[in-house]
Amino acid sequence: MTESTKMAELVMSNPNLMLTLSRFGIELGFCDHSVKEVCTKAGINPAFFLLVCNIYINQDYIPSENEIQSVDINSILTYLSNSHKYYVEERIPHIELHLERIIKACPNKFGNTINRFFAEYKKEVANHFCYEEFTVFPYINSLASKTIDKQFSIHEFESNHSNIEDKLGDLMSILIKYLPAEIFPKERIEISLDIMDLSSDLRCHTIVEERVLVPFVELLEKQCHEN
Amino acid sequence: MKISKLIIAEPSPIISSGLLKYLEDISQLNIVSIVDNIDDLKDRMLIHNPDILIINPLVLGYSNHSLIKQFQQNNPSTHYVALISTYIDKTFLKYFKETIELNETKQKVVNKIINVINSTDEYSSQNESFDLSNRETDVLVCVAKGMTNKDISDMLNISVHTVISHRKNIVKKTGIKSVSGLTVYALLNNLVEESEIYEL
Repeated sequence: MTESTKMAELVMSNPNLMLTLSRFGIELGFCDHSVKEVCTKAGINPAFFLLVCNIYINQDYIPSENEIQSVDINSILTYLSNSHKYYVEERIPHIELHLERIIKACPNKFGNTINRFFAEYKKEVANHFCYEEFTVFPYINSLASKTIDKQFSIHEFESNHSNIEDKLGDLMSILIKYLPAEIFPKERIEISLDIMDLSSDLRCHTIVEERVLVPFVELLEKQCHEN
Repeated sequence: MKISKLIIAEPSPIISSGLLKYLEDISQLNIVSIVDNIDDLKDRMLIHNPDILIINPLVLGYSNHSLIKQFQQNNPSTHYVALISTYIDKTFLKYFKETIELNETKQKVVNKIINVINSTDEYSSQNESFDLSNRETDVLVCVAKGMTNKDISDMLNISVHTVISHRKNIVKKTGIKSVSGLTVYALLNNLVEESEIYEL
């Protein structure tokens, strides 16, 4: 997989990459254009695009120092913000819609508690993303423009980086193991598959943040201290 | 007596052979592999699923927090021991059961490792039933009601340590990690009433 690989080939052999395309601002219909051509047209760094693809294909992927150095701040921050938007505005509401139908079919007290559970999860995700967008990302921008105005370090982010996949796992367990069998069996299977997709997507997202963003910012911090 | 499988991950051959010398007298140990880089380590962890990993954090290099978390997810029964040869960020040590430093005596290192071996025995002897025991159910009900570990320990007259160990078993058996998830579980199984949980 290189910059001269055909984009269509890459996506067709790894269909789960399709979900990430819109976050890069890439649209389908690439004809026979290469990764580099498509990325350049969309105004993103092809090296960073390939790095994210590698992580989505293999969650054990460890970026090399060279790969980290090839990242540019604009690409990574735009990508992460777009991902947040995609989760909050598309995936989670989609799951919520399905869940609401299941909840309606539940006896009241079960429904209420699942409802509360999901509402709490939504709040947690919102807080998690807010912290990143309003504290961490501005800090990174200020590092890049050398106008740091507050004490913060990317280690602080790393050690506070909360896990937003666990609760989805809990929800799956509840739907698969514990909700009475007669409640919407078909819909439950569909929603469980959706939750699984979101959960694995979030895991990759976390890996991008921890293995690409964190070391990238560490490099920036080092440069800042040296000056 | 159970033999514990151990892997050493240390970039310096001088240090790893020294450590090996320290450990060779411990009869309950089977040192299955010594590696000096992350790729080999991943391989070996997968193949051996060791009881203990002694690792110099330097092996992890970049993004060490996320890597060690990943190891702990993939090999949850492994006990992690840090081998410290340079300055390392204190927050990182929370991932480890024990730490060894280069200036420590043989006796001290051996004792530490034997302690870790003994605690691995505790783990494996737990029974693998998936029904909650009566005591676990009691604890679950308290958790669902939003009580803290301290509250629970006072009410049930058990130590906080015991509460924590019950909670670990509950998570293991139900597959549910979050408090709010456990609350849902308790309700679905009619262990608590809605009114007991959400009073404001």
